Amino acid sequence: MSTPSTTAPPAPAGPRATPGPRPSLRSRLFRLEGVTAPYAYVAPFFLLFLAFGLFPLVYTMWISFHRYELGSDPEWTGWDNYTWLFTNPKFYNALLKTITIGILSTVPQLLLALGLAHLLNYRMRARNVFRVSMIMPYATSVAASTLVFAQIFGRDGGLANWLLSLVGLDGLDWRNGDLSAQIAIAVIVTWRWTGYNALIYLAGMQSISTDLYEAAALDGANRWQQFVHVTLPGLRPTILFTVVVSTIGATQLFGEPLLFGGVDGGALNQYQTLGLFMYQQGWAFGALGRAATIAWVTFLLIVVLVLLNTALARWRDRDTEGARR
Amino acid sequence: MSATTVREAALAAPPPPGGRRRRYRAPDAAGPVTYVLLVVTAFLFIVPFYYMVVAASRPMAEMNTSPPPFLPGPYLWQNITTALDQQAIGLSIVNSLIVSGITTAGTLLFCTLAGFAFAKLRFRGKKALFAITIGTLMIPPSLGVVPLYKLMSDWGLAGRLESVILPTLVSAFGVFFMRQYLVQTLPDELLEAAKVDGASSTRTVVSIVLPIARPGMAVLGMLTFMTSWNDFFWPVITLNSTTPTVQVALNNLGSGYVPDTSIIMAGTLVGTLPVIVVFLLLGRQIVSGIIAGAVKG
Repeated sequence: MSTPSTTAPPAPAGPRATPGPRPSLRSRLFRLEGVTAPYAYVAPFFLLFLAFGLFPLVYTMWISFHRYELGSDPEWTGWDNYTWLFTNPKFYNALLKTITIGILSTVPQLLLALGLAHLLNYRMRARNVFRVSMIMPYATSVAASTLVFAQIFGRDGGLANWLLSLVGLDGLDWRNGDLSAQIAIAVIVTWRWTGYNALIYLAGMQSISTDLYEAAALDGANRWQQFVHVTLPGLRPTILFTVVVSTIGATQLFGEPLLFGGVDGGALNQYQTLGLFMYQQGWAFGALGRAATIAWVTFLLIVVLVLLNTALARWRDRDTEGARR
Repeated sequence: MSATTVREAALAAPPPPGGRRRRYRAPDAAGPVTYVLLVVTAFLFIVPFYYMVVAASRPMAEMNTSPPPFLPGPYLWQNITTALDQQAIGLSIVNSLIVSGITTAGTLLFCTLAGFAFAKLRFRGKKALFAITIGTLMIPPSLGVVPLYKLMSDWGLAGRLESVILPTLVSAFGVFFMRQYLVQTLPDELLEAAKVDGASSTRTVVSIVLPIARPGMAVLGMLTFMTSWNDFFWPVITLNSTTPTVQVALNNLGSGYVPDTSIIMAGTLVGTLPVIVVFLLLGRQIVSGIIAGAVKG
C-alpha cells in the first residue's frame, strides 16, 4: 500500500506487471524478504527440535555406551550396559509388564472408542454434552486420575471392592496383587484415553462420504453391515493412526505405575514398566548410562512395533483388495 | 472453530435432494439404546471426578469404611488448607500457570508462523521439511530425557522452570494443526491481493494471517495449555519440591510415607480445578479442536 510506484501503470492485462528493467534496491530487498521469510517462520520449530529433540536422541545412544553418573564424567564402557540389560531378569520382567499392561489397556480402549464414536455419530439431542463428557478424563492429569483411582482401588473401603462385594466376591488387594494391579493400571489408562480416541474416530467417520452409506442402504445393508463394510474400511487410516499412537503411549507408560505404587512398581515389580525401570535406574539409583540404554532399547522396540503395525495394515489392505476383485 | 462448525452444519443439514426423509438416512437419528449407552458411559467418565470431591471432603478414616461414603462431607475446606500447607500447592499452581502460559504463547506464535509457511508459502525443501516435522511426532519424548537432564544441569537450569519451558515452546502437533487450519481457512486470493498491494511477508502475517488464524489459535492454545498443565514425565524428573509444578506437587503429596488420602484428594481437586473450569467453559471448542486436528482418511 505504501509503495507509490504500483499506482502509476494501470496494468490491466497481466495480474502482475513485471517491474522495470533494473530492479531498485528496495524491490530487491522486498524479494529477498519474500524468499527468506518462509525459512524464518519454520526456523524456531527446527532449532528447538534440533536442540531438545534430535540432539538428545543421538546423545542418548552415546551415553548408553558409558558408565555415567551425574556430577562425574562419563566413562566409556562399550557394550557393558547392553550386556547388563540383556542379562538382567528385571529387564525382561519390565518388558513383559509393559506388553501385558499395554495390551490390557490398548485393546479395550480402542474397541470401546470405536463403539462410542459410532454412537456419537448418530443425530441426537445434547450431542455436545455427550462429546464433552467423553473427553473430560483426557483433561485430567496422570497424577490426578491415578490418585483418584488409587482411592477407588483401595483395599479397604475402595469403590471397586465394594462393587465386588455387591456381587458376592471377595475384595482384592489391588495394589499388591500381580494381575490385579496391572488391570487397575489398565483401567486408569483406558478411562483417560477412550473418549479422546472416540473423538478421533468420530472425525474419521465424518469424513466418510454419505453416498457410500446410501449406496449400501440401497443394496439392502443393515446398520451393522454398513458399519462393517463402509465405516470400518473408511476408518482404516485413522485406526492405524490410533494403534500406532497408543502403542507408543503404552511403551512410554510411566506416571500411572509410579503413582500407583512407587519407583519399584510394586514390591515384586509387578507393574514396573520400561519407563519406570528407566526412571528407577537413572534417578533413583543414579545410573544414567543404564537409563540411556533402557531408553534406546525402548525406542528400538517402538520402531519395530510401528513397522509391524504398518506392515500388518498394508498386508490386510492387499488382502481385502484382492478379495474384492 | 469456524471450519468445524461449517462441517457440522453441513453434516446436520445436507441439501435434501430427495425430500425430507433422506437427510435422516446417512447419520441415523439415535434410538433409545444409544442414549442409554451414552448416558452410562458419560456417568462412568464423570464418577471419578465426583468421587474426588467426596474423598476430599471427608476425613481419611471415613474413606476406609465399607461401604464407602457416597456423599460429600463437611471437611472440604479444612482438607484443602492442610493440603495447601503441606506441599506448597499454591506455589505449584503459580508455577504451573507460568510454565503453561509461556509454553502456550510460544507454541501459538511459532506454530502459527510455521503452519502458515507450510500451508501457503512456496519455498525450497518444503515437502521434506514438512515430512520431517510429522516424523518427529513419532519420537517418544522420554527417549532423550537423560541427555536433556545433563544439558539442563550443565546450563544450571535443572530444578528451574526454564528446564520445563524450553523444550516445549513449540510442538510438531501444533505446526501440523495450524497448517491444516490455514489450508482450509486462508484464501489464496487474499494473499495474492496483499502481494499485489506490495505488503511484505511480515505485514501480511500481522494484518491478514493472524486475524484469520485466531479461532484455530484459540483451540490450539487451549489444547497446549491443558497438555502443559498436565505434563508429568519430564517435570517430575527435572523439577524438585522447591519449584514444583502442580503435577510434581501432587506426585510428592501421593508419595509421602503415611499418605492421607483425604488430603491427597483435596490437593488433587485443587490442582485439577483450573482445567475443569476451562473445560466446562470451553469444552465444545476443545472437542471440535481435537476433531479438527485428527488424522482423517
